Parts: sequence; structure tokens; C-alpha cells
Amino acid sequence: MIITLKKKKLTFLQKIYIFEVVRGLMITMGHLIRNLTHPSRMMTVNFPEETKPIPKTHRSEHRLMLRPDGSIRCTACMLCQTVCPAYCIHIEAAEGAIPEKEKYPKAFTIDLLRCVYCGYCVEACPCDAIRMDTGKLVDACYKREDFIKDIDYLKANHPKGLNPISEAIY
Amino acid sequence: MLIIILKILIPFLIIFNMIPFLIWLERKGSAYIQDRHGPNRAAFFGIRLGGMLHSLADVLKLITKEDIIPLHVHKPFYLLAPFLALTVACVTYAVVPFAHPIEINGEPFTFQAADLNVGILYILAMASLGVYGVMLAGWSSNNKYSLLGGVRSSAQMLSYEIAMGLSLISVLMVGGSLELNNLVISQGATPWSWNFLTQPVAFFLFTTAAFAETNRNPFDLPEGESELVAGYHTEYSSMKFAMFFMAEYAHVIMASALIALLFFGGWQVPLMSTDFLREQAGLGLYILLLAHGILFMVAGIFLLTWFKKGKYGDLRDYEVLVWGIPLVLAGLGLSLYTLLHGSFDLTPLGSQIFAAVVQFMTFMAKILFFCWFFIWIRWTLPRFRYDQLMGLGWKVMLPLGLMNLAVTGIILLMR
Ligand code: SF4
Ligand code: SF4
Repeated sequence: MIITLKKKKLTFLQKIYIFEVVRGLMITMGHLIRNLTHPSRMMTVNFPEETKPIPKTHRSEHRLMLRPDGSIRCTACMLCQTVCPAYCIHIEAAEGAIPEKEKYPKAFTIDLLRCVYCGYCVEACPCDAIRMDTGKLVDACYKREDFIKDIDYLKANHPKGLNPISEAIY
Repeated sequence: MLIIILKILIPFLIIFNMIPFLIWLERKGSAYIQDRHGPNRAAFFGIRLGGMLHSLADVLKLITKEDIIPLHVHKPFYLLAPFLALTVACVTYAVVPFAHPIEINGEPFTFQAADLNVGILYILAMASLGVYGVMLAGWSSNNKYSLLGGVRSSAQMLSYEIAMGLSLISVLMVGGSLELNNLVISQGATPWSWNFLTQPVAFFLFTTAAFAETNRNPFDLPEGESELVAGYHTEYSSMKFAMFFMAEYAHVIMASALIALLFFGGWQVPLMSTDFLREQAGLGLYILLLAHGILFMVAGIFLLTWFKKGKYGDLRDYEVLVWGIPLVLAGLGLSLYTLLHGSFDLTPLGSQIFAAVVQFMTFMAKILFFCWFFIWIRWTLPRFRYDQLMGLGWKVMLPLGLMNLAVTGIILLMR
């Protein structure tokens, strides 16, 4: 099918261009004056100093939850490692001392440079052991190795005001 | 000898120092036009000057950056091009008169480096040499984008130079001289006798052509970053790129000066002729100082209205105070001093110099306004398509220029 686009007919005043240019100039000048006299009304946020509230459903850096007794919740079931589309979780399981929890992760490493922040690991976890609600969105490091977060970091990655303990059943 | 060197050096330094300021104006102005904040990060001990330090940081960066010369370029021309572009842009100011000539001990003293009696031709000749810099850069880069940029630039300059020349001829017919000073004097001190009202068509043609000659938006096809990467200076880096950049701004300043000279009475102070200024120099100085005092105060108070505690939570909060309070105090001091001192008594030479200073300031204000106009247009209008550009140049501006010439001639004959 051929669609013929109809061109808008310009009036004579629009065709001689000068008045339209003046109109455009007035629009930009209006913006300039408004922004000069009311700098606080500008939409742009001065990012590192000012931040906008992050929505509750966001996904940010991971943290590993704890049980009420302070031990790690993760049972090293490998579900998150399996589901991860970026293959960036590395878990090494070890045998636990307590009988009701026979496995725990000896190593739990997330390569944040590979992570795509999809949140599948959180969805997959059967025991609410991993969450992505720390609110840490911008990470800056000097070396690549610094982006590979180990279990000690993830276990302690609880921002102020968030409970590190999860009361789930398992 | 010393006076000649000073005459060359002072306008040169003024224009060169205006370039970083213009870059700042362009960045900040464009930001405010687009509802952004613009540059505000570069800091020197916490003082940011509203982003003006970015120009300084740029200079440092560009000077110390590695100078890459690609292997495939034609080296002599590649090296020559940026120098040519900048030199040509900088020599044109030599004939610009900054004020009415004065007399010192009976000898005339002009405020221009070279008092050529064909000043306007010199400017045109030099300005059109500017295309060589662009063309050589495009040609010697051995790169299709650069070459296209260079070719576009030469075609564009050729087409618009004709319209520019035609619009100029009618102005010269009215002014009756090729000397810039005479052209300015012939326009008189009243704004309604300036050429932009007596020659409106020529004014529009000249301004449009000036935009094309300086390769500025809406005619910046030689750079056209959406199509040609960066056009003719794609292969240039560090200081060589900066020279093209500076040449562009030097051209903008020159074009603004030309528009001001030819159409807006140059150094003429609106409604105040040179004789009037010289007669009333004492009173004039009084009013000038008072006006500056009030201006400083208004600017300072405007800055103070921006102050809000804890806006950023660091030293930047107090920066407006650092600039605002001294401004208000200086303004207050200046006004009080002037009010208490009363009218000034000036010698004849002093009053001549006073008139020259006022005219110089007026001229600079006009230049700055047109520089701002260039920036303003750039952030308002979209770029032309290439065929539209050629169509405008050959089918609209050329006939209009010829028509304007004929009408001007007839009217001048009938008078
Ligand atoms: S957020 Fe997605 S990519 Fe990142 S670790 Fe979890 S599953 Fe893997
Ligand atoms: S974090 Fe959850 S899904 Fe991943 S291994 Fe531990 S328990 Fe299994």
C-alpha cells in the first residue's frame, strides 16, 4: 500500500521564514529567562548531591539475608546460580554443623560487572536468602577485581534502616 | 612604534580573551535554553564561577593532550590548515575602528590598528581566505568525511559570498565610502538613521550570509556531526582542533563586529553624538559612574536572590555570596562616592578620551549582543538540508540582493 503524506501548506508569512525565526527565538528566550530567574524549577537534578527517591520495586546491589540467630539464610541450593542468565554467581557449598540445615555456602561470589540486574536470582531463591534492595546503584572501583563481591561483603551489605534478618519459614 | 604595537595588541587580546568567555556563554546559554544546568563541576578551591572554569580546564586539557597525526594524512597541508584558519580569523580585526578618532596635540589618533581606506574590502578578502583553512584540512586529511566537509564548506562560502557582497554594495552606496570609520560616521548617532532601518533587506541578507560564512548553525554543514562525524576537523586532535575551534569563535566575533559596524552604527552611542559626549564629558562621567554603581548593585542583589542555604550542602552554597556581597558593596561605594563628589571637571583631552571610552564600551556591548545572537540562533534553529542551503543561497538571496541593489540605486538617484 502506498501512503502519500500530505505536506502542510505554509502560509506566506511562514514561507518568508523571518517571522517564524523570530517566534522560535522568543520561545528559546522565554526558556532562558525562566531558568535564569527560577533555577530551582529546572527539571534536571544535580545528581550526586541531589537524588530522586528510588521506587520501592527497584533492583540494586545484592545482599545476603541472615537468620534470627545470625547465621546465613542461604542453603547453597544453587537455584540462583542456575537461573542467572549472566552466569555471574559462583557458589561453593559446604556441609553444615546443625542437622536442620545441612548445607551452607562456603563461597558466594557475584561478579557485578557481568550481572545484568535482572532479579531472577531473587525470584528463584526458595528461602528469601538473597535480596536486591540495598539502593546502591552506582558503584565505582579502581580495579576490576573490586567489582567481584565475595560472601563477606554480601553478608554485611545491609544499608542503614533495613533489617538484615529475614523471618521466612525455611 | 610602541603605540602601533599597543594598537595591534590590545584589540587582539580583547578578542582572544573573549573566546573563552564566548565558549562559556555558549555552554551556559544553550543549557538554560534547553532547561539544563550546564557546566558546573570544574572547581578551584570550591569556587566554580558558574562553570566558567570549564573553559580554563579545556585550555589546559587541550594544550597538554597528545597530538595525534594520522599516518595517512598529507602532512604539510595537514599542519598548515589550522594555522591558516586561525591566522586568517585573527588578522581581520586590524581595520575595525573602536571609537571616533581623537586629536592629541593637533595630531589625529585613530582607534584601529590599520587605517586602510579600503577597510571593508580588506575584511572581505581576509574572511574569504578562511575557506582555505577548512578546505585544506578536509583535503589533506585523506578521509571521505573530512573531504565532504571541506567541499561543502567551499561550495557554501562561494554561494553566500555573492549574497554578502551584493548586500554590502547597497550599504556602501548609502554610506559612500569603503572606509569603516566613514561608514560609521555617516550613519549618525540616531538609531533610526542606522543602516538596519534604511537597508533592512541588506541587513537580513548580510546577517544570513555571515552565519553561513562563519559555518555556524543553521549553516554548519561543513561540520554536520550527524552526517560527517565532525566534518573537516575529524582527523584533528589536541591543540590543532582547538585552533579550529578558536577560529570559529574569532570569526563569530568578527562577524558580530561587522554587523555592528555596518548596520548598527558601530561605536556610535545611541542619541549621543561625539561632539555632545565631548561637551558633556564631566556630567557624562558622573552619570556613567553612577550607572555602574547601580548596575553592580542590581547584579549583586540578583546573585543574592539565588542564595539558599543547604541547596547543595557544600561550599557552592556560599559562592553566590562571595560574588554577590562584594558586588553590592562596590556598587554602593561607587554610587556614594560619585554622589558626594558631584560633577567632574575634565581637560579637553580628558573629555576626548572619555568620549572614546564610552564609544568603545558601546561598541563592545553591540559586539557582545551579536555574539549572543549567534549563539541564540544556534540553539533555536535546526540545520538546513544541503539542497535547501543551496536553494536559499542562489534562488532567494541572490535575486533579493540584486533587487535591493536596484531599488537602492533608484532611490539614491531620485534624491
Ligand atoms: S540479578 Fe540476574 S544477572 Fe544479576 S546475579 Fe541475579 S540472576 Fe544473575
Ligand atoms: S541464595 Fe537462595 S537460591 Fe541462591 S543458593 Fe542460596 S538459597 Fe539457593
